[in-house]
Amino acid sequence: MTATTPLWEVFIRPRNGLAHKHVGSLHAADEVMALQSARDVYTRRGEGNSIWVVPSAAITASDPDQTAENFEPTADKIYRHPTFYEIPDEVGHM
Amino acid sequence: MAVFEALLELADDHLILGHRVSEWCGHAPMLEEDLALPNMGLDLIGTARTLYDHAGKLEGKGQSEDDLAYLRDEREYRNCLLVERPNEDFAHTMLRQFYFAAFMRPYWLAALNSTDEVVRGVAGKAEKEMAYHIRHAGEWVIRMGDGTAESAARMREAVDALHIYVDELFDSSDVAQEAEAAGILPVRAALRADWDKTVEQVFAEALLEQPQAAFAQRGGRQGIHNETLGHLLAEMQVVHRAHPGARW
Amino acid sequence: MYSQGLIGADGRTEETPEFLERFQRRIDAEEKIEPKDEMPEGYRRTLVRQIGQHAHSEIVGMLPEGNWITRAPSLRRKAALLAKVQDEGGHGLYLYSAAETLGVSREEMTEELLSGKAKYSSIFNYPTLSWADMGTVGWLVDGAAIMNQIPLCRCSFGPYARAMIRVCKEESFHQRQGYEIVMTLAQGTPAQKAMAQDSLNRWWWPSLMMFGPHDADSQHSDQSMAWKIKRFTNDELRQKFIDATVPQAEYLGLTIPDPDLKWNEAKGGYDHGPIDWDEFWRVVKGHGPMAKDRIKARKKAWDDGAWVREAALAHAEKRRARKIAAE
Repeated sequence: MTATTPLWEVFIRPRNGLAHKHVGSLHAADEVMALQSARDVYTRRGEGNSIWVVPSAAITASDPDQTAENFEPTADKIYRHPTFYEIPDEVGHM
Repeated sequence: MAVFEALLELADDHLILGHRVSEWCGHAPMLEEDLALPNMGLDLIGTARTLYDHAGKLEGKGQSEDDLAYLRDEREYRNCLLVERPNEDFAHTMLRQFYFAAFMRPYWLAALNSTDEVVRGVAGKAEKEMAYHIRHAGEWVIRMGDGTAESAARMREAVDALHIYVDELFDSSDVAQEAEAAGILPVRAALRADWDKTVEQVFAEALLEQPQAAFAQRGGRQGIHNETLGHLLAEMQVVHRAHPGARW
Repeated sequence: MYSQGLIGADGRTEETPEFLERFQRRIDAEEKIEPKDEMPEGYRRTLVRQIGQHAHSEIVGMLPEGNWITRAPSLRRKAALLAKVQDEGGHGLYLYSAAETLGVSREEMTEELLSGKAKYSSIFNYPTLSWADMGTVGWLVDGAAIMNQIPLCRCSFGPYARAMIRVCKEESFHQRQGYEIVMTLAQGTPAQKAMAQDSLNRWWWPSLMMFGPHDADSQHSDQSMAWKIKRFTNDELRQKFIDATVPQAEYLGLTIPDPDLKWNEAKGGYDHGPIDWDEFWRVVKGHGPMAKDRIKARKKAWDDGAWVREAALAHAEKRRARKIAAE
């Protein structure tokens, strides 16, 4: 079995004013080559003007088994949304 | 016509190196490099195309970029010897790329002041491309030079093999000198200090030493090439020449 | 480019009926499945196999077209072909990444390819013998690939679907550049036109085989359709491809090499002659004319590149050590 070259996650900012967005991953031995490869692989058609690379191993993800306990309790807190409150039309846009 | 011929020298350098780099496509050491190498090849071929087109127009005999690329023999090709050297291995390929880009970056920066509008246009695009080639090939030279015992040995071999082709980069042929005098192209000899600095920095990190001056090989600008160029051209031109006058 | 219908995947699974039913409900509701979600083992295995085969096809697919980069007859064509073959490499990379989310490494998949254990699309085991093949491969092989890939953008597995969206976006130029090459030849000298016709003669049937066996003979279609890994059957996609391609060939004045090809008004599509499935299975099983050479070329690239990859890793280790020492 050959030694494995580490995996990196690539994030690209399409243009100033937007957030970096995950676009895919690649393999590189270190962060310098990871950035260059991200440029060569993921920006061949003018996809962006800024790149982040993050070692995939550095990402901590929420557990899918805890999806319900993490995200369902928020569903009934409808008072967090503006439409929960009744404002007469005469008052105008608020 | 001196400017026409001087532009051909420059265009030939880019096409031949672009062709060499394109030979890697599908055979690189890792998939990421299968994408990086064509990017560099496409930069070089793109520059060659603009230069051929411009040269043909200046000559005024109706020669297209393809006429110039596909219908000249090795004695008529004017590229320097460095760019025609075979790929050999990844160490040779990256060092060749690094040497060439380390020369072309300051060349194009100086050409931003050319009296020729098309040359200025090419320079504006190509200086950025060469800056990236220096970085990408340079980082690989560093990794191979300061990697494993095998990679370091291969890198030293590449340095030994290629350094005899470096000096020719700084020579200006008679036609190039005319174009330089007219302010169309930059003076090659003036770029040595820049090249040395770029190479010294990377070699220091790569734990490589520049060999002592050896007898430099020259002749490309007079059409005196290594035998390898004829084979490259035979392959490149075979389809085009088999169908004279055809459109593709 | 694309792998043909999945070959040899084992969709069997051993979970409880309740679990499978729950999973199927998510699929039926068009929910996407993400890598860490619970999924039947058969679903995972099928995807690893299919995405792997697809990735391998892209990588091996670089070779037949790469064969002509150095001989492209104009600089414009040379640049376009180089960019296209580069794209295939990119597509392989995106797909390996999608498979890696399921816990299999690119190195493992590569070794399966090189050992002959993993399959790839049989189309790439045919040789490219003339410049016209660059046109035909783009037109027919990429055309067939697009038929296959567009529905995969809606595949139930999120990372695969996302990779395919990127692939399809990039791929849109491939078929057009291929068709333009064939068109230029078809409108060119008699020798060029003959080159185009010869190429179509050689690539037509292998292109139809890319969609895989007839539905009646396809072992894994049903489960893959139920899991929405696959959205259309092999025969449906093949029919769409033929119906789209025949008028394109007519426009070029080229003849499709099938004497039985004719319009069927009742079904609103073309009927075609019998496909040589013996040839198909022969090529799938590794007896295609270029099969040995393709794997040999990939193995050479991988083996010759080993010292480069090792150097990069060794250097990274030194950088890390230096950084720690400096802190």
